[in-house]
Amino acid sequence: MSWELLIKWLPQFLDGAWLTLQLVGVSVITGLILALPLGIARSSRHLAVRALPYGYIFFFRGTPLLVQLFLVYYGLAQFDVVRKSALWPYLRDPYWCAIITMTMHTAAYIAEILRGAIQAVPPGEIEAARALGMSRSQALLHIILPRAARIGLPAYSNEVILMLKASALASTITLLELTGMARKIAARTYMHEEMFLIAGVIYLVIAFVLMQGFKLLERWLRVDALHGR
Amino acid sequence: MKSLPKFLFAAALTLACGSSFAAEKLRIGTEGAYPPFNLIDASGKVVGFDLDIAHALCAKMQTECEVVTSDWDGIIPALNAKKFDFIIASMSITEERQQAVDFTEPYYTNKLQFVAPKSVDFKTDEASLKGKSIGAQRATIAGTWLEDNLGDTVDIKLYDTQENAYLDLASGRVDAILADTFVQWEWLKSETGKDFEFKGDPVFDNDKIGIAVRKGDDELRNNLNKALEEIIADGTYKQINDKYFPFSIR
Repeated sequence: MSWELLIKWLPQFLDGAWLTLQLVGVSVITGLILALPLGIARSSRHLAVRALPYGYIFFFRGTPLLVQLFLVYYGLAQFDVVRKSALWPYLRDPYWCAIITMTMHTAAYIAEILRGAIQAVPPGEIEAARALGMSRSQALLHIILPRAARIGLPAYSNEVILMLKASALASTITLLELTGMARKIAARTYMHEEMFLIAGVIYLVIAFVLMQGFKLLERWLRVDALHGR
Repeated sequence: MKSLPKFLFAAALTLACGSSFAAEKLRIGTEGAYPPFNLIDASGKVVGFDLDIAHALCAKMQTECEVVTSDWDGIIPALNAKKFDFIIASMSITEERQQAVDFTEPYYTNKLQFVAPKSVDFKTDEASLKGKSIGAQRATIAGTWLEDNLGDTVDIKLYDTQENAYLDLASGRVDAILADTFVQWEWLKSETGKDFEFKGDPVFDNDKIGIAVRKGDDELRNNLNKALEEIIADGTYKQINDKYFPFSIR
C-alpha cells in the first residue's frame, strides 16, 4: 500500500476515530454516573433495594451488546407509539441510539465493579468511621466511596478499554465510526487488509493513550499505596 | 525425534487436502440475505435465483457443488482466501472489483431504482433530493452510485444487509432506499413493503451481474461461461427466470 493512499483516506479515518472517542467518552462517563446509585443500591443489605439494580445488571450483562443495539435501534422503531413520542428525534438518530445503549450497557458493568469495590472496603475502616461518630451516609461519602473508587479504578480502566473495542459494533447501525469508516473505505477500494490495519493501529494508539492516562490517575490517587503495597 | 508429531500433522494435512481435491467438489460462495436472488429459507437452506443458476451450472459442468455463505462485505476476501471457488451472489461487474477478481459473462442485468412511501411525493431529480436521507446496502453498486453521484447532495446511510435498510425505511429514519430494481420489486410485494412504491425511472440501467472467480482461475471461468451458454440455449435459464420474475432479467 502506498503512502498517497494513506494520506488520501487518513482524514476520513480521523473523522471515524473522533466519533469513536465521542461514543466511548460519553458512554463511560455517563455510565459511571448512572452506576453510582446502581452500585450502591446493589450492595445494600436489603433485598427490596437490591432487587431492581440486580435485575438491570442481570439483563445488560446477560445479553450481547449487539443484540441490545438492535433492540434499541431497530426494535423500538417498530412501534408507532415510539415513533410518535417526543423521544423519536433522539431515537431516530443512530448516534443517540448508540450512546444510550452503550451507556446502559457499561453502567451495568461499572455498577458491578463498584459493588465489588464497596464490598472489598475493609470492614475495620467502616467500623472505625462509625466509632468516630460518622452517620451511615457520612461514612459512605467520606470513607467507603473514596476507598471503593481506588479499589475499583483498575477494573474501571479495563471496562473503558473494553468499551473502546465494543464501540465497533456501532458500525452495524450505520454509524461511520472507526470500524464503520474502515468498512466503508474497504468496500470502495477492496483493500480490506490495509484498511483494517490502519483502523487497528488507530485503536491501539487510542487504547495506549487511555491506559497511560489511567496509569497517571492511579498514581495521582495513590492506588498502590492504599492497597497496602 | 522432536519433529515427528509435526511431520505426522503435516502428512495428515496433506492427505486431508489431497482427498478433498480428488473429489473436485466446487464450493459456491453466496451471501444468503438478498431475496429473491439468495436467501436462507425456513429450513436453513440457501435458495434463490442465484442458487438455482449455480446448481444448473454445476449440473452442466458435472461437478458436485456445496454452498458456503459469507457476509457481503467480506465475500471477495473470502474468495481470495479460498474459502470457496466462485461467488454467485448477484455481484455487479465493476472496474474496482475486477482489480480483485475475474468475472464470467453476465448472467443478468440489473437496474437501480428508488423506493419510498406511497404517501410521499418523492422526486428523484438532484434538486428535490437535496438534504434527503437515502439508505443503501454497504459495498453495493447502489451505495457506490450514491457516493459518486449524490455524495454531496444527500445523507447516505449504509446498512450491513438489505433487510436492515428496509427496516429503517419502514420506521421513517430514511426517506428512500436505492437498490436493485428486482430486489425492490420483491420487497414491494411483501407485507411490510405494501405502503411503498417505486419512485422515478431507474437511475442506472447497465449494471451487469456476473459470477466472480479468483484472478487467473481461467479454467473454472471458461467452464462456467460454457455452462452458462448451455443453460441459456436449452431453456433452463428461462425456466429459472420465470420461476422468480414475470419478465426477462437477462
